[in-house]
Amino acid sequence: MLVKQVSIFLENRPGTLDEALKILKDANINMEGLALADTSEFGVMRIIVDKPDEAKQAMKSAGYTSIVNEVIAVELQPEVGYLAGVVKKISSAGVNIEYMYAAPSKDSAAKMIIKTDDAEKAQEALK
Amino acid sequence: MIWNETKECMSRDELAAMQGKRLQKQVERIYHNVEFYRKKMQQAGVEPADIETVEDIVKLPFTTYEDLRNNYPYGLLAVPRQEIVRVHASSGTTGKPKVLCYTRRDIDIWSECVARAMSMAGITRDDIIQVGYGYGLFTGGLGAHYGAENLGAMVIPMSTGNTKKLIDMMIDCEVTAIACTPSYLLHVAEALEEQELVDKVKLKCAVCGAEPWTDAMRDQIEKRLNIKAYDIYGLTEIMGPGVACDCGYHKGLHIFEDHFLPEIIDPDTLEEKAHGELGELCITTLTKEGMPLLRYRTRDLTSLEYGQCECGRTMARIQRFKGRSDDMLVIRGVNVFPSQVEHALLTVAGTTPNYFITVDRVNNNDTFDVAIEVEERFFSDEIRKLEKLRSDVEDAIHQTVGIKAKVKLVEPNALPHSEGKTKHVEDKRKLS
Repeated sequence: MLVKQVSIFLENRPGTLDEALKILKDANINMEGLALADTSEFGVMRIIVDKPDEAKQAMKSAGYTSIVNEVIAVELQPEVGYLAGVVKKISSAGVNIEYMYAAPSKDSAAKMIIKTDDAEKAQEALK
Repeated sequence: MIWNETKECMSRDELAAMQGKRLQKQVERIYHNVEFYRKKMQQAGVEPADIETVEDIVKLPFTTYEDLRNNYPYGLLAVPRQEIVRVHASSGTTGKPKVLCYTRRDIDIWSECVARAMSMAGITRDDIIQVGYGYGLFTGGLGAHYGAENLGAMVIPMSTGNTKKLIDMMIDCEVTAIACTPSYLLHVAEALEEQELVDKVKLKCAVCGAEPWTDAMRDQIEKRLNIKAYDIYGLTEIMGPGVACDCGYHKGLHIFEDHFLPEIIDPDTLEEKAHGELGELCITTLTKEGMPLLRYRTRDLTSLEYGQCECGRTMARIQRFKGRSDDMLVIRGVNVFPSQVEHALLTVAGTTPNYFITVDRVNNNDTFDVAIEVEERFFSDEIRKLEKLRSDVEDAIHQTVGIKAKVKLVEPNALPHSEGKTKHVEDKRKLS
């Protein structure tokens, strides 16, 4: 399944994350998953939210650079080796995983969010 | 020591008469050989016959670096191309460099001027000199080299980039003089101190130039290396290093007025300033054959002192530089225009994002930082792509400007957006 992800550019210094989260809270955005990727000078906050386009708009109005793009979400079954199987299917199709992170859920199974260099091919492999 | 006492110490009256004759001859030649100047003079309603004395200089049109760019590469040649034996180039405000052409006689006069400058620093044929300027299109290396050879000194053409080798040879070959940028010499001093080698060095003096420096830097160089340091000035458009140099009295840089006619003008009104007043330095090349320039606007802000110097020289002295009348920066001895950085950003990002250049001097080395605001159109959720963007911009700046910058990606609105014209540069070095 493809889901929309919002990515936000943040500088790597105290307070940036604070501020970004407050903007989302004030816009009444609920987060289902979050991953931070960082370098020594900047980072990218990737989030899965209930209202991605509104989240992007809120960040934009506050002066942040953000984009919305589609990533693969795989529901994880509570079995040993399940994730390994998912990854194997993707790599066997010759698709490269750029990054992945877990998005927990209160009501249903946790999801693994996966960004690949070829979403279509990856989805085909996971069918 | 005075290399050419007849010229360097001639009376001001004699000098003015000589300048007048040379100017007359030069204008006559330029008018007939360079279409660009002929048109400019016709527009200004001046003919060669109107130039009789050196005071008539004010009748002539100015030349700017835009004129050099627009006439790239051979448009301002005043001799047939076959007479040219060398070209040098300095970076322009955008991609294209400024190309300057020299005849054999131009090279000879340049070597004479550099020999005069090095003599001011006390360098003689007994000396062994390392030239630590870059050899190539940049005028520093070859200019200093030919001058030192003309003087009869033994030249070690080190060029730049290998401090260890420079230090090894400095000690092993018993080097007594060095020509390089002042910040590089401080870097060398540091390396010598770290290895406790200062006592092993036979260095007596340094002729430093290609970038602005302060008396405090001179003090540091002199104390740490136990040598005398002299300031040499020049610019590629006029010749290269050796247009002016300071003597042991350090009361300003003697400009070799028999070859270069200096004026100080108001950069806004272009009116001549009174003697001693601060303004923009303009230079007319009185003897240059290949690419002579009339009233070239250097954009360097300074004043001229005309009184005779205690050293005996009568040549006017350029006082401490007070900055520039344009936005050019000199970083690690290289001329950098913000517009070049803009050009580099444009080639990578497709448009020019808001950017900010910070220049500072840390441990005597110039730092050159460029911050770019990350905009949506080149933002990515993948770190790898952002890192690639950063390194692509660094490469593009290196290619355009010639030196490396440290590029940093920042949030939008992180950089100053002043009203009207955006402020793009901060120079924290406090050199003027």
